[in-house]
Amino acid sequence: MSLSIVLQCSLWLVTLLVLVSAIWVVALANLFRAALSLGLVLAGVAGLFVLLEAEFVAFVQILVYVGAILTLVVFAIMLTARPTLRIPQPPLRQRLPAAVFSIVLFLVLGSVTQVLVGSGTVAPEAVSLAQLGRELVTTLVLPFEVISVVFVGAIVGAIAIAHATPSERSRSHASHPTPQTVPTAQSTT
Amino acid sequence: MIDVTHLVLVSCGLFCLGIYGVLTRRNAIGILLAIELILNAASLNFVVFSRLFGHVQAQAFALFIIALAACEAVVGLAIVLGLYRTAKTVFADRMNVLKG
Repeated sequence: MSLSIVLQCSLWLVTLLVLVSAIWVVALANLFRAALSLGLVLAGVAGLFVLLEAEFVAFVQILVYVGAILTLVVFAIMLTARPTLRIPQPPLRQRLPAAVFSIVLFLVLGSVTQVLVGSGTVAPEAVSLAQLGRELVTTLVLPFEVISVVFVGAIVGAIAIAHATPSERSRSHASHPTPQTVPTAQSTT
Repeated sequence: MIDVTHLVLVSCGLFCLGIYGVLTRRNAIGILLAIELILNAASLNFVVFSRLFGHVQAQAFALFIIALAACEAVVGLAIVLGLYRTAKTVFADRMNVLKG
């Protein structure tokens, strides 16, 4: 019995962590801090997955989100940030309708999904990893393969978009000349 | 067994905070962060209902959501970096040219 009390308390604590840092993500003016609080949200959601006995999903969440996506986001923020530039807050006339809309949406979604939860009966057995793996290679094998193709497409597309064209590269070289002893060496490379 | 039914409300809250962030952020990377919140709310919902009903495919779809979120982040950040190179800004309301 005491174990279930401990689990329940940690569930509430992690819930609180997720919600507070989610508010930080959307409300902090400093984007770098917002990205770090996104890391808190992702770790907290992974903790919720563990408490929901979905350990594999929690592991993937930590690996992909906290390990890869967050690093990528921090990279992008640092590549585009100008430290001297003060980021202006959105005006109140834009924030107020957004807040009202979000709260109304929350009330609608909450009331609708509470019906689905119903009496709150929980299935006796959690889904095991063996079941999940078997499902992924039998029933869901087509979505699984499609995801792989989407991955390849996304990576190739990202490289094609982000890679600088030769004219841009020479322009950036011209605007920021690198100190070189032999100026003709640059044109051959 | 611990009570997990309130987690559906937590997922709704995450989703609505993400919507609020998309509507109010001006920085394109900030909008991407808010979209990550929305995707996390969806996968949390899937996992909660998987636990409630003991359903396998819900967890599989949570995995698919995480994979697609990775693709979305990669392409989105590449677009933001490309825009920053041509338009010299990351503010969504100042990106007003179609041809760089």
